[in-house]
Amino acid sequence: MKIAARHLDKITIFDISGDIDLATSPELRKALLRELRELKMPRVVLNLAAVRYIDSSGVASLVEGLKASRDVGSRLVLFGLNKTVREVLQLSKLVKIFEIHENEEQSVAP
Amino acid sequence: MYHRGRRCVRKSASGDLSETKRDIQFFKAEENTHVSGGSLLLRMELPSNPEMLCVVRNALSELTAKLGFSEAECRAVVLAVDEALTNIIRHAYHGNPEQPIQASFRRIHEPGDDKSGEALEIVLEDNGVTANPEKMSGRALEDVRPGGLGLHFIRESMDTVEFSRSNGKNQLRLVKILHSEGHQKGS
Repeated sequence: MKIAARHLDKITIFDISGDIDLATSPELRKALLRELRELKMPRVVLNLAAVRYIDSSGVASLVEGLKASRDVGSRLVLFGLNKTVREVLQLSKLVKIFEIHENEEQSVAP
Repeated sequence: MYHRGRRCVRKSASGDLSETKRDIQFFKAEENTHVSGGSLLLRMELPSNPEMLCVVRNALSELTAKLGFSEAECRAVVLAVDEALTNIIRHAYHGNPEQPIQASFRRIHEPGDDKSGEALEIVLEDNGVTANPEKMSGRALEDVRPGGLGLHFIRESMDTVEFSRSNGKNQLRLVKILHSEGHQKGS
């Protein structure tokens, strides 16, 4: 898994690629919590288009990020969900709790 | 006492996953998990290192595709095995990355609704601590919190899930029935 960060005004965009599993999800969790809890970014956007695989530990990291965003009053936004990622989120029944957009333009819109 | 028992989940072979009814049973220890005598396709011995998960996923993705599973079914099997290995690493071995895990993959004939009866049987074995059946029931999905999803993913992805412990080993047997054309499961 690779995470590349971009900043757009007061929005952090993470372009994530590769596999999110037990080996890599701690890195995602750490990056999310840093942006949300430490840097208190008003919005963190995850581009998941290049994510090849995600498992329950990856979903757990997203849920933890979501909870952190709610705690600090910011937004965690997902976009670019491919079939694999969408399938796993649907299987977890958690797809409805996330703010999900089709593309980056929608995700960073005011 | 079922502390050395087996957990079994069987699903009907028709309908999509959300509609599938599952019977969940615990079996006593003396009923050891049945490992079929089907033809061995692949056997792996790997350390309990999370870095190995992608290796197993890649191999299993190729194997399931060659067996004729649909793309959705391939993804389902890969997810189930990945989650099962993750559980072994985290719970049976408490994150120790150097403990042994054995994985075997067989083509078997599994009685079921489908005419072909062909299936993929996956058996995972470890020497870790005994799984607690009380903790193997998953959790209510309405409870939004990190963790606890792995077993749910396994149950939803596979047709049979059996857990047993004997001779100091945990054994998890997973079966995915290979459906003839027209059936799409695991999506």
